[in-house]
Amino acid sequence: MKKTNGNGKRTIVNLGPFHPLQEEAEFYQLYVEGETVVDVDVRISYNHRGIEKLDESKTFDQVPFVVERVCGICSASHPLAYIQAVEDIAHVEVPERALYLRTIVNELERLHSHLLWVGLAGHFLGYNTVFMWAWKYREPVMDVLETATGSRVNYANCKIGGVRRDVTDEQLQQIGKVADEIMAPLEMLTMAVLDDPVLHARLKGVGILSEEDARAYGASGPTARGSNRPIDVRRDDPYAMYDRVDWDVICEPNGDVHDKAVVRLKECTEAAKIIRQCVDQIEPGEIDAKVESIPPGEGCGHVEAPRGETFHYVRSDGTNRPVRHKVRAPSFNNIPTFKASCIGEQIPDVAITLASVDPCYSCTERACIVADASSKKPLYTFSDLVKLSQLKTERMRKEW
Amino acid sequence: MSIMEPKTQVPLKGFVGEVIESLGELVIEVHRCEARRGFVRIDPARVKESAQKMWAVEGSRLATCTGIDVRDGIDVLYHWAIEPQGVVVTLKALAARPSLEIDSIANDIPAANWIEREMHDLLGANFRNHPDMRRLILDDSWPEGVYPLRKDFDQVLDRPPLPENQTPPDIEPEGGPTS
Repeated sequence: MKKTNGNGKRTIVNLGPFHPLQEEAEFYQLYVEGETVVDVDVRISYNHRGIEKLDESKTFDQVPFVVERVCGICSASHPLAYIQAVEDIAHVEVPERALYLRTIVNELERLHSHLLWVGLAGHFLGYNTVFMWAWKYREPVMDVLETATGSRVNYANCKIGGVRRDVTDEQLQQIGKVADEIMAPLEMLTMAVLDDPVLHARLKGVGILSEEDARAYGASGPTARGSNRPIDVRRDDPYAMYDRVDWDVICEPNGDVHDKAVVRLKECTEAAKIIRQCVDQIEPGEIDAKVESIPPGEGCGHVEAPRGETFHYVRSDGTNRPVRHKVRAPSFNNIPTFKASCIGEQIPDVAITLASVDPCYSCTERACIVADASSKKPLYTFSDLVKLSQLKTERMRKEW
Repeated sequence: MSIMEPKTQVPLKGFVGEVIESLGELVIEVHRCEARRGFVRIDPARVKESAQKMWAVEGSRLATCTGIDVRDGIDVLYHWAIEPQGVVVTLKALAARPSLEIDSIANDIPAANWIEREMHDLLGANFRNHPDMRRLILDDSWPEGVYPLRKDFDQVLDRPPLPENQTPPDIEPEGGPTS
């Protein structure tokens, strides 16, 4: 083992199996010398549910209801990626109105997911006002998601060949109104975060992921776009109606936590713009292509989820069930980038670096708590690390 | 090989065609070559070479890999996404029975590290020269040699029993058990 600093002692700091920032189970081992992290080891899959295996026993039409439960936040992206893979096999022409509705639901999802992240990141840095604001502005978005799909989570909206539920003109106007009204709060939130000198000092230059590392680890989404890699499935391989509306791929050059936050905040504005244009452009018409059977073959579908590219592969042998359905969530590729971005950081900064990729595991099992089997007492709470992070911000604020 | 792979010659066209041509003689058979999707079977003995060639294509990244339990072994599919063309080229290589061995590409492509560990855990494919073949997905208490994503594994009947609950020896529960 290489010894780098003064006393040359290397210590292992265990974080987990709780995530330091979100109530999900994963296990980080930080190898530290003094306060500096020299290596990271990650162990995931404490909540593996075997969804890929389960899908092999479901029919093609049942699988979307299973895969939307892969994640409680990306519950529009996963079914859409699967459905696009199946439509790639069956060469389905989807009606335009259905494509517009898919775009609207996916952008509403991005909006609420990014606002959720901004709120959480604010909380863990000791900015509880940001947390309250962001979650307050998220609420109308959740309300119109319910309007558009009938549910706040697990929308059950997409189906092979179209969407399951149409919206009325009044409901569309309601969605458009929310997209308009969120612009001003988003701008205020963006400016508040970008102009704060303490946040600059706290986030700039922290957890840098270089452009080469982002490509080598296959990172995608805001994690890659914050590292100067302008890749976005919505633009590069357009699906739904993303090629008919006017929007920008947000890309920032430095690869630190600050830039990832900026990408997410600016993407919220782009999402609201896309929703507004879809509401204006959508025409009455069919919402379902009525697919009868899936021929033998194989197909890939990928979708730009809030956290990055969601990749699905489906193989069909001509029966009514998939032979194989592969699900790759964006965090599977984004989490290994910690090996590049956390090394050399201080322990309090690791918390926000880990949070900066917005890691998303088997998100639906959020309420899992590991407790001592006999005393029912939690063995570890994640608040210790959050506390460290908040104290550091507090210290910097005083020094400022 | 699986039943649906067509035996006719697929014409190579567009950007996907160029990428497939750049692989040269590594390609055994082209299954699909469309505007944004390509499916190709490659020589399993030269997987590392194919990864290096795909990595040399500008803007490419390894999106993920898929392992499939087929009659002759484990089919390993490498999904390469290329941006900004928005193309996904899938290279298939068979890890043949009985050894189920295939070269690891994780030393060249860090993105393959976790997914190869996952395929080893769930399907039992063996990756030669993988830098870090520890368990990633399965629990440490899961028995060796049981691969849950194989076709002959029944998710209800073949499930191994859960391990006993354990209390770490250095933590004494305070006040005894509570309900």
